[in-house]
Amino acid sequence: MAADREPLSRADVRHVAHLARLELTDGEVELFTEQLRTVLGHADDLSGVDLTGVPPTAHPLPLRNVLRADVPRPGLDRDEVLAEAPDAVDGRFRVPRILGEEG
Amino acid sequence: MSAPVGPTAGTPGETARAIAAAVRRGDRRARDVVEEALARIAEGDPEVHAFLLVTADAARTAADAVDAAVRDGRDPGPLAGVPIAVKDNLCTRGVPTTCASRILDGWRPPYSATVIERVHAAGGVVVGKTNLDEFAMGSSTENSAFGPTRNPLDRSRVPGGSSGGSAAAVAAGFVPLALGSDTGGSIRQPASLCGVVGVKPTYGRVSRYGLVAFASSLDQVGPLAATVDDAALLLEAVGGPDPADSTSIPEPFPSLDPDDPGSSPEDLSGLRVGIVTELTHAPGVQPEVVAAVLRAAEVLEERGASVREASVPSAGLGLSAYYLIAPAEASSNLARYDGVRYGHRAAAGEITEMYGRTRAEGFGAEVKRRIMLGTYALSAGYYDAYYGTAQKVRTLVGRDFAAAYGEVDALLAPTSPTVAFALGERTEDLLAMYLSDVCTIPSNLAGHPAISVPAGTGEGGLPVGVQVLAPAMGEPVMFRVARAVEAGIAAAAAAEVVTP
Repeated sequence: MAADREPLSRADVRHVAHLARLELTDGEVELFTEQLRTVLGHADDLSGVDLTGVPPTAHPLPLRNVLRADVPRPGLDRDEVLAEAPDAVDGRFRVPRILGEEG
Repeated sequence: MSAPVGPTAGTPGETARAIAAAVRRGDRRARDVVEEALARIAEGDPEVHAFLLVTADAARTAADAVDAAVRDGRDPGPLAGVPIAVKDNLCTRGVPTTCASRILDGWRPPYSATVIERVHAAGGVVVGKTNLDEFAMGSSTENSAFGPTRNPLDRSRVPGGSSGGSAAAVAAGFVPLALGSDTGGSIRQPASLCGVVGVKPTYGRVSRYGLVAFASSLDQVGPLAATVDDAALLLEAVGGPDPADSTSIPEPFPSLDPDDPGSSPEDLSGLRVGIVTELTHAPGVQPEVVAAVLRAAEVLEERGASVREASVPSAGLGLSAYYLIAPAEASSNLARYDGVRYGHRAAAGEITEMYGRTRAEGFGAEVKRRIMLGTYALSAGYYDAYYGTAQKVRTLVGRDFAAAYGEVDALLAPTSPTVAFALGERTEDLLAMYLSDVCTIPSNLAGHPAISVPAGTGEGGLPVGVQVLAPAMGEPVMFRVARAVEAGIAAAAAAEVVTP
């Protein structure tokens, strides 16, 4: 259970920041290591609860498939959408280089 | 305590129902109503900062359209000419929608939220976008990238959050109605701290289409108003199924009319109400808040209800479960802010660097913290221990409520454990801030409706709200009880004034 695990390390925080595509300063790594330990420590309250045979709930309502009639209808206006993009060219979103120098 | 702002602050203004009735009859012009609201905002909002944007020209155009309909003999609808403030995480076509985040600064959505379309269709007039904690993550509106909102009743204190701008706009008397969103208490807690009414509907009752997602299995849009009756008016106008939201409940929205059979708030005989022991007698709940819950219970008993203690054993665990589930969902929902399709983009030569820097520059500290927490709770090796455990606790909360509703028809609980706290008081103490939502979170986890109704004052003469909780789809009984609490508390206060 969570209560027995190693406390969150700075390396964990750097790894998670990479997964979340979030650049952190060294100061933020320090701060978040301490703060996430505090919040996760509080979450360890749950480790004492007997959850044997209790199924997880992902959603408050029974979800069902929702279908609509298979007929075309207008989507968002392309030019209006692209006008909000940081960069666009030829009717497409433009982004910085994806492959490295060696690619 | 600093002086209230503006001539209408702290006193009940004209109700939305009265405004709409007068406009529909042709006795008042929507344009005049809206000009008065804009003048109140211009005078009072520099001190309060409830609004991030006032859409004066669009409001005047909308009001003129309402007046033209009345002149032509067409009914503009149940919200005719009523000025309404909307939280700035609801998309408004062509009008900046920021979520109080730098990452969306200047973004103009290409579509409007369903609730915004319904407000327009009902003759309501949107006057502006209100301040919030960035992406609705917070309990004080101090996490806004554009500066905090102040509580109109005491400007040294927070209005609560995350719908603090909407609550303050109603409490200051700028507008009679506002829309907010509630993921863990973000409508009800600021309503309590500002002395207004706030409703989180049953999950799925109100469309989430165009509500910028925070935690999709918990988020609901709902009304804030000065009275229970006005909250019902706005909820009836925006609620009901929406083909654009696949999680919306297909049944039509129920009538909340107090004149419906079995809906009388005057006669509650046969109604069973429980006081949630685990939330009312929880550590950190101020004595005046407990007293307000007991006062509400007395009022209900006087009207014929039977009131008892009711146990929801897992309610206290909700907070810990919520602070894993909500960040987990948020970390996924906020992945879309990557500088590609809209919003801020940082300068960088390569795309991974662009993503990381854009998000570093665009998000504030609380949003980063929750993305980190959520990503960790979902990451390989920790998923079962954190997110998986929290989801099972969520099941327990639902089961415990179901057991309680086997015995009673509605529940009472505190809304916020405390009255409005000072600006800056909890910004350095995360757990103290998170505890603000301990009493409101269980309803989000269960997907149940809950309403906060003002029920007197506490420390420093500041308002205290009490929650009425009901099972899923239980809005009619919830409003019946809330109307009884509101009327009973008002009658008791009036009696105190005449008694020497």
